[in-house]
Amino acid sequence: MVGGYIIYKSIMVVLIFLIGLGIAAYSTYAERKVAAFLQDRLGPNKAGPYGLLQPIADGVKMFMKEEIIPDVSNKFLFILGPCIAMLTACMTGVVIPWSTPIIFNGVSYPLQITDINIGILYVFGVVSIGVYGIMIGGWASNNKFSLLGALRASAQMISYEIAMGLSIIALVMMTGTISLGEIAAQQSGGNWNIFYQPLGFLIFITCAFAECNRTPFDLPECETELVGGYHTEYSSMKLGFYLFAEYVNMFISSAIISTLYFGGYNMPFIGRFVTDPNMLSILGVVFLFGKIFFFIFFFMWIRWTIPRFRYDQLMHLGWKIFIPLSILNIILTGAGILFFNK
Amino acid sequence: MLTNRSKVVVNKQMTFMERIYLPAVIGGLITTMKHFFRKKTTIDYPKEKREISENYRGQHVLKVDEKGAERCTACGLCAVSCPAEAITMTAAERKKGEENKYREEKYAAVYEINMLRCIFCGLCEEACPKEAIFLTDRLVPVSGNRDEMIYGKDKLTEKSFNQVDISKRQTPEVLAFKQQKQYQHNK
Repeated sequence: MVGGYIIYKSIMVVLIFLIGLGIAAYSTYAERKVAAFLQDRLGPNKAGPYGLLQPIADGVKMFMKEEIIPDVSNKFLFILGPCIAMLTACMTGVVIPWSTPIIFNGVSYPLQITDINIGILYVFGVVSIGVYGIMIGGWASNNKFSLLGALRASAQMISYEIAMGLSIIALVMMTGTISLGEIAAQQSGGNWNIFYQPLGFLIFITCAFAECNRTPFDLPECETELVGGYHTEYSSMKLGFYLFAEYVNMFISSAIISTLYFGGYNMPFIGRFVTDPNMLSILGVVFLFGKIFFFIFFFMWIRWTIPRFRYDQLMHLGWKIFIPLSILNIILTGAGILFFNK
Repeated sequence: MLTNRSKVVVNKQMTFMERIYLPAVIGGLITTMKHFFRKKTTIDYPKEKREISENYRGQHVLKVDEKGAERCTACGLCAVSCPAEAITMTAAERKKGEENKYREEKYAAVYEINMLRCIFCGLCEEACPKEAIFLTDRLVPVSGNRDEMIYGKDKLTEKSFNQVDISKRQTPEVLAFKQQKQYQHNK
């Protein structure tokens, strides 16, 4: 029984790891296609049908490039930086509830690697470690542009983590749990948190953009202003890891946004058409991935719509607007709970 | 003030709706989404090509007559008329036995057009009294090498068995123009 459990969990871990990487790889393709379509272009269409092999071509290119480690850099930390970025990006996936358990031969197999009861805290903890990947990478390069880029990135990520955490507190007050599995289960039947926490959602998604270093908050690596930000000195697959970690992060943030505010694997009224629990479970995965893909698209859509913030505007928005707003949101939620005795 | 179009800057305070930016963001998202579904302005070039005009002015051709003899007599009018100074040539005298290669007693031993200088205006074609040079609807292929862009007779002269159709550039107006007395020697 224990052996079966370990095998099942290992399969889940590998599966989610592979799915995460696959989606991240095809996010790079989707990003280029979406960017092209939003700009009235065709986008990559040479590698394979509709350019579908483009991510593989990019990966091969990254591997084939010359690997340069600067003489003046701290070599251990220089290599550690992208490793941390990639590791933390892949680690967050384990607490996301992909769907309700599948019952097979009388044994229930939960479609969640582990439902630790502090799921949200775990996500926040791992995401916070992600800052080290950028900071260490920028510092170890021993280059002033990398250092400045790393400073910008870490300052931005730390500032926005506060507002992100505060916006989650209101949600936690309402749901009464910080386990992601329970939060997802509570939202069945169209009882999505977005309807109770619209302000919190707005703050959360904006902070998620800032955490992923996506436009309009892509100051750490804005090509037009900096030499390349914290990964100026990086080349070959180490650069690839930084860029790739960003796309994995985007996938995970989309999954968390869907789980926290958009009902996760739940879809209203589906219970009327399908009653088989296993079928519902599989449909749940489909719905969750539909939501995730929408949010990944939304990330890209925003990227080509809103111009980048100036650095002081970014800090102004983070500290003077989002933090007071999220505190106001906590107070409003508290008053609501007290008033409606929910 | 000269154009009467100057605008006075108004530093008016933004209203609350403007300050929260959300309506503006949603407006922007709608604008970009409209572009998502719009017809693309670029094309998949080597597979599909843009429609070009019937009398397009592309790569030149040096014509030969129906017997396969070159029409050019190296008179130099095209080079003189060329505003970009892209054409150079060296004349030579026809020897005995070359009557089937060159139409008249004088011919161009070297005839070069620098495709990097050429502006494809068509003045060489207009100046030519022998109907020897025409612009065609073929595009000049790109090259990574400047020397390759200087086209000699090997690239410009058409083959007698594979003549380039230039009838689109000989419209009735052009032919009527060429019927004038001073062009009678061009028969």
